[in-house]
Amino acid sequence: MRKELLSRTFWTIAMGLLGIAFLLPFLWMLSTSFKLEKDVFNFPIQWLPQQWNLIENYKQVWSGDFARYYGNSIYITLATTIINVLICALAAYGFSKLRFPGRDAMFVVVLALYMVPPQASLVPQFLLFNWLNLIDTHIGLILINSFSIIGAFMLKQFFMGVNNEYLESARMDGAGHFRSFLQIAFPLIRPAVATYAILRFIWTWNDYQYPLIFLKSKELFTIQLGIRLFGDQYGDVYSLMMAGAVSAILPLLIIFALGQKQVIEGIALGGVKG
Amino acid sequence: MIRKFHLKMDTREAIAGYLFVAPLMLGLIILTLIPVLGSLLLSFTDWNFVAGLGGIRFAGMDNFIRLFHDDAFMKSLLNNLLFIITVPVTIIVALLLAILIDKQVFLKDLFKVIYFLPYISSVVAIAMVWQVMFHPSLGPVNQFLMSLGWSNPPKWLADIHYALPSLMLIQIWIQLGYNIIIFIAGLQSIPKDLYEAADIDGANSWRKFRNITVPCISPTTFFLLVTGVIGSFKIFDLIQVLTQGGPANSTTVIVYELYDTAFNQLKTGYASSMALVLFLICLIITALQMLAQKKWVNY
Repeated sequence: MRKELLSRTFWTIAMGLLGIAFLLPFLWMLSTSFKLEKDVFNFPIQWLPQQWNLIENYKQVWSGDFARYYGNSIYITLATTIINVLICALAAYGFSKLRFPGRDAMFVVVLALYMVPPQASLVPQFLLFNWLNLIDTHIGLILINSFSIIGAFMLKQFFMGVNNEYLESARMDGAGHFRSFLQIAFPLIRPAVATYAILRFIWTWNDYQYPLIFLKSKELFTIQLGIRLFGDQYGDVYSLMMAGAVSAILPLLIIFALGQKQVIEGIALGGVKG
Repeated sequence: MIRKFHLKMDTREAIAGYLFVAPLMLGLIILTLIPVLGSLLLSFTDWNFVAGLGGIRFAGMDNFIRLFHDDAFMKSLLNNLLFIITVPVTIIVALLLAILIDKQVFLKDLFKVIYFLPYISSVVAIAMVWQVMFHPSLGPVNQFLMSLGWSNPPKWLADIHYALPSLMLIQIWIQLGYNIIIFIAGLQSIPKDLYEAADIDGANSWRKFRNITVPCISPTTFFLLVTGVIGSFKIFDLIQVLTQGGPANSTTVIVYELYDTAFNQLKTGYASSMALVLFLICLIITALQMLAQKKWVNY
């Protein structure tokens, strides 16, 4: 037993050191964002700033258009997540709990479409949205990320675990299909919905490719485009660049801290990948 | 009477079913199925979409013939093939770390979080951090190497020979956490009595790893291999932010070429032929996966 304890302690320390090394880029980013620009490249690296410039750096980053990009990202991410989760949940319930002609054939189509890499349809998607005047609008960006096969798969697994007797007895009491979905099945799989919603939030917040192609006007930019632009403007002011990077990651860290268990379990469960 | 009632119930259920799946199905048909078919058609045309529909010209196989004489595109194919190397490297490192985290340490959840952080962070922000860290003369990486006495360290992302390996390193760093999480889940599903039986037989750690863990985890490994390889063909964000395919096309990849051709050079037809090649590659990998699955994986 003592040998076991000793070995565990050894590996925890060894892995801890490795973990710190693994996180060095994050630590460096954080520490640089606290520094005066002239101290950024001091060597050996000063992990704690000699002179703190935290408030000034962040104030300067946030004084520009950053707050607007942030607002845009929050709006787009929340709207996309809500619509996406709803559409996926409806479809997942339909495919798992309702019987209708052609259901299995439709599901095979969905499975087949899952194999299509998103970039293979990118150009026609752009042309379609251009034709509909949805390029350079937030609605267009929300729409393009609102339909997700992975979400439908994941939630379908959970709906299949809901006992049919609950739904049948609700229907005996005169509840329609939509009411059984909303008031019985949906609440029963709420943890799975929460997990998927957190993942979708993270993926949408981090989405770079669609905003890059679909948005043109600076005032519509998301945070990912915003920090990129910021990087171009302040390309040699590294303390500000890092303060921008920290600001862009922060909401994810908060969400992740709150839902860390769900995210990790969700990823492990489905082997989900955005 | 009862029959009629049933029929009514069934019809209502069918209508409800269609309504429930309709939003997703419509979205997928309009935003995925039709665009993929569109890519297929457009790949046989010579077209700049700015010129309007009147400007479309049928080009037969011209685009595909051009693709194979296009140095930048061939380079991008090669780079994508090289990028595949990141997948087995990530898998091996992740499996070792996953075993250690699963069995050998305290604070298991903390370690999962640590390795998972790069995966959930924004690629753009992470790319900016690495860009500064890899700064040729002032960055901490090279300052560290110079302090060790390497007077002329590589210029990393700005060096034609080191840019691709640098990107691969960052890619491994990002993907590691995802692989670890999936492996830990896989490890937990290996029956404990297998290890107990091996203990009784006096097997050492290596034999247990080689003869129990590796075969039992092979479905997970296979899953990570396939999704990793397909994912490596979709890589874009990191390259668009860090190198834009440079220096001298040394880091260009298929999706970056596609993006550049379609949205900077406005060659709609030609870009569509690249999209089709990408689609075919992913299709072939999926088909190979289905063939290989039976031979490769021990259940």
